[in-house]
Amino acid sequence: MNYDVIIIGCGVIGAACAHALSRYQLRVGILEADNDVANGTTKANSAIVHAGYDPLPGTKMARLNVRGTAMMPALCARLDVPYKNVGSLVLALEPGDEQTLQALYARGVANGVPGLQLLTPAQALELEPGLNPKLLGALLAPSAGIVNPWELCYALAETAVKNGAELHLNAPVTAIRRTEEGFALQTPKGEFTAPRVLNCAGTHADQISRLVGDDSFEILPSKGEYFLLDKSEGSRVSRVIFQCPSPAGKGVLVAPTVHGNLLAGPNATASDPDDTANTAQGLAYVRAMATRSVPGINFRDNIRNFAGVRANSTCEDFILGQSETVPGFFQLAGIRSPGLSAAPAIGEEAVRLLRDAGLDLQPKQQYDDTRRRIRFHECSDEEKNRLIAQDPRYGRVICRCETVTEGEIVAALHTPIPPVSVNGVKRRVGAGMGRCQGGFCGPRVQEIIARELGISPVDVLMDWEGTWVLCGETKGGAGRV
Amino acid sequence: MFDYELIVIGAGPAGLAAALAAHEKGVRRILILERDNQAGGILNQCIHNGFGLHFFKEELTGPEYAGRFVAMLAGTTIEVRTDTMVLELEQNRTVHTVSPLRGYERITAGAVVLAMGCRERTRGAISIPGARCSGIFTAGAAQRFMNIEGYMVGKRVVILGSGDIGLIMARRMTLEGAKVLACVELMPYSGGLNRNIVQCLHDFDIPLYLSHTVTDVVGKDRLERVVVSKVDENRRPIPGTEMVFDCDTLLLSVGLLPENELSRQAGVQIDPRTNGPVVWENCETSIPGVFACGNVLHVHDLVDYVTAESQRAGRAAADFIQGRLPQGQEIRLENGSGVGYTVPQHFHRDTDKLEIFFRVRAIYHNAAIRVMDGDTQLARFRREHMAPGEMENITLPKVLLDRAQHDTLRVEIEEAAQ
Repeated sequence: MNYDVIIIGCGVIGAACAHALSRYQLRVGILEADNDVANGTTKANSAIVHAGYDPLPGTKMARLNVRGTAMMPALCARLDVPYKNVGSLVLALEPGDEQTLQALYARGVANGVPGLQLLTPAQALELEPGLNPKLLGALLAPSAGIVNPWELCYALAETAVKNGAELHLNAPVTAIRRTEEGFALQTPKGEFTAPRVLNCAGTHADQISRLVGDDSFEILPSKGEYFLLDKSEGSRVSRVIFQCPSPAGKGVLVAPTVHGNLLAGPNATASDPDDTANTAQGLAYVRAMATRSVPGINFRDNIRNFAGVRANSTCEDFILGQSETVPGFFQLAGIRSPGLSAAPAIGEEAVRLLRDAGLDLQPKQQYDDTRRRIRFHECSDEEKNRLIAQDPRYGRVICRCETVTEGEIVAALHTPIPPVSVNGVKRRVGAGMGRCQGGFCGPRVQEIIARELGISPVDVLMDWEGTWVLCGETKGGAGRV
Repeated sequence: MFDYELIVIGAGPAGLAAALAAHEKGVRRILILERDNQAGGILNQCIHNGFGLHFFKEELTGPEYAGRFVAMLAGTTIEVRTDTMVLELEQNRTVHTVSPLRGYERITAGAVVLAMGCRERTRGAISIPGARCSGIFTAGAAQRFMNIEGYMVGKRVVILGSGDIGLIMARRMTLEGAKVLACVELMPYSGGLNRNIVQCLHDFDIPLYLSHTVTDVVGKDRLERVVVSKVDENRRPIPGTEMVFDCDTLLLSVGLLPENELSRQAGVQIDPRTNGPVVWENCETSIPGVFACGNVLHVHDLVDYVTAESQRAGRAAADFIQGRLPQGQEIRLENGSGVGYTVPQHFHRDTDKLEIFFRVRAIYHNAAIRVMDGDTQLARFRREHMAPGEMENITLPKVLLDRAQHDTLRVEIEEAAQ
């Protein structure tokens, strides 16, 4: 298969690039190693849209963070991605932290972050009564927000696919040959060629870069662990609550999620690029640190732990640009926090990089940049009845905890990028995301996936390749299938 | 005029027994709402025997026990709507439902019985560290896959928690050809019924490790092994005691939680000790005309007791509908030493007799249950053996209740003299 541009990796960065490029008359191919998009760092992070006072002024990080955060509300509205502009607070909890807040404030002003305000303890506690009453001050950033990161990635990638980009799943790039026309990429799904390649391979971006002989940077994967608490804890705070950042990262935050849960995390430990295991020590640390900010969190209402890996790198800044040694090979690497916030702006940046490198970009005559998804529990009574009249499957609730109907699951299984796993369905429609964690709906979701995709329930995976759920039939057999 | 005299939420053993009891007392317009596609609730997947010994005086399987109640519906005016989910309950006993056949509806009722049952605690609830691989199931989810859908979930199994479902699944998976390597229990005693430990573990030579827990889960894609460690008296893992089990499946049987999201949202007062509604002796919650029974009220060990409790709730709902309200001042029950909670949490002084259900906090031999009225002992019940895994109950006749001087009675355990 030959393309004008090949994107390696379909996390939120690859998807943002694909989305931005799909506006133009180009043949765009996306190669994703996993069986679904959004399955790496994109699905396991803090889900924060940062205001942009953290990065040093003048860096790409600062520019793209502030720009991406400004783009986010309109983009999310257009693509029907849950986003809430809740604002954030950085807390000063120890003597000396107040100076850090001053420095962050000054940096934010230099970066063009709107509306920053230093608060007294009383002002902060009035906004957020659940905070540690011993806090010494806080920095309010009204432009910060929360977003559903994987749905942002789905929306961007689906829109790109709808507009002609071609996505190849289960296509890890194992070798890259340089040809006269550009590059030939080897995958288990065959060979793909293009004159230009965007390396959006996340925690594996250095490995991909080495395949073309560019070893100018190294990814230093850093794992962060989280608690996700029940919705009963979801209103413990109404803004994103940070502590003062340290060299290891932005520290442990406490934040509401767009789904109404409460998130606490992450810590930071050096790890393998794909190591998403939780550790007793890591979780104990997160718990202790989160309690420093918000003492009342009831960790007995935890419903899930997870870990994500940041693509930290040997460069201080995002690595964005054409490889110095391999023309036509573009690096979009080392995209750690605030990468999610910056993603929409990084998509724009990719277009600019390609144009600067001489690619002729002609806008498409027809371009569909809209997306709508039915969320049954958000519908009015009348809308619910209209949906059920059209398709009775909207009247059958499969996930009791999150009120997700069979109609929504079936619809997800027929989107431009259909999920192939139980967790793929979970991420698309929320079935299994609630307090019972799929205990009740898991078997039924498995059955619906099998039916809609025309496969045996035994072949339905929990998530990525190899995560089998069932090993065969019982002695009596599966009479229902 | 209400759409129905009585709406029962849930057609498991609790809902069925409550509806039938109300019907027996003359209530005619009764609607049972069930989210699954058939009545019977979780009993449908409990294909083992041992049900009904108390209530029917014979040994039945779960589907048989449920089937008897479903059969009793014939000839009554009780209507059952399956495939129907209740989305909301209002204080005025309006129930919001959704179903493929009827769409979204609001239905009003003279009385409501909550019988939604319970759900299993998950990996997240106990924060088991380790990999995010597949192969970790709650025991009930695995039971549904095997007994309803007809699929095996794995071949080499470790079970965490010795609750009854975990014990039943140890035997079930063994009979289906899987190797169950161990059952691991955090506490120094099992949370399951003694008969299940004997019949499901001992009979199949499956070791039970008390005071142990799973401290790591390893597997890149599917589960490959679990690490089990001994815990100290504070339930903290003791370094150096690790055992490794190569397995592809970890079943969790780590507790059940009453499913009270509807009740909470309606404003029903919840008891943090049971995670169920605070109820009077007739199972009435803090909202007049709303009753609760079965596992949504407190987690039971035996369905026979669920049935008995639910009949009480159904009869009380009938009394409410027919205008017979309980009389007498409120007397509260509190849990004293050794007692985890009581159901009911309070009662009307003029009640005919009072049955109190509770669980003890530890294992006791040759101890006694005492009901205290201030410093005065109102009643004393000797017990040879009591364990947290087995629900206790005592009955106080009216003659005893009439002697109470205080507005609070205390239920406590008197340990045997050393």
